[in-house]
Amino acid sequence: MTADKIIFLLCAVLILASALMVVTTRKLIHAALWLVAALFGVAILYAVLQASFLAVVQVVVYIGAIAILFIFAVMLTRREMLDKGVQTRSNWWLPALLGLLILAGLVFLILGQPAFGRTAAEMPAGVDTLRNLGTALVSPDAFVLPFEVASVLLLAALVGAVYIASGKKE
Amino acid sequence: MSIPLNWYLILAAALFSIGLFGVLSRKNAIAILLGVELMLNAVNINLVAFWRYLDPVKMAGQVFAIIVFAVAAAEVAVGLALIISVYRRRRTVVADEIDLMKW
Repeated sequence: MTADKIIFLLCAVLILASALMVVTTRKLIHAALWLVAALFGVAILYAVLQASFLAVVQVVVYIGAIAILFIFAVMLTRREMLDKGVQTRSNWWLPALLGLLILAGLVFLILGQPAFGRTAAEMPAGVDTLRNLGTALVSPDAFVLPFEVASVLLLAALVGAVYIASGKKE
Repeated sequence: MSIPLNWYLILAAALFSIGLFGVLSRKNAIAILLGVELMLNAVNINLVAFWRYLDPVKMAGQVFAIIVFAVAAAEVAVGLALIISVYRRRRTVVADEIDLMKW
């Protein structure tokens, strides 16, 4: 048991426990806060995987923006049903069965591939992943087109969200 | 880096299953979106793990993960705007009661 394995297992426990709370807890605002905990665990995993930029983006974008957006939406829509009564469908065991089946199938497939048992090679010396990522995102022979498409998508989503959510009667 | 790759894959599979359970079993539309977020995070764990273990010099995995971030942000913004708009008109966020287009 090396240090990174212990960190990984602690993270995994944090992520899975928080995720279970997200889907089962009764109060929606608590579910949103548990989502923050799960997202934070994922950010730690990114740091363990040496994806430093993604770890920061996970905290800033997911926790700082998306989770806060969820909390605002919960506060804007809580009324009669929320926090009281059953939050899950009466036939909740069917999704649970489906989830367990998919999990069992995936684990079976993953463990059946001996190539997936490998450990990571050391990061090659002199490789600056942050610089590589920045270059890849704007270089024409790499990923500049997906990058621009993502920015157009974000602009469209911004305009669309403002238009849909503004309650102006026309 | 002594962690085998399949630890990450199994963790992501478990997270994805939990998110799927949340999406299918919750009544509240916001809680359904919370489940979608969990599933997207499971995908991102896989992408970053494959990037690190298979090809850490080329950045394809990380770039794909960043695209997933952007799509997730767009999806949440539009989805929550729709839910708030529906709530304003129908006074409900229960997915079963939003049944105008159901027959």
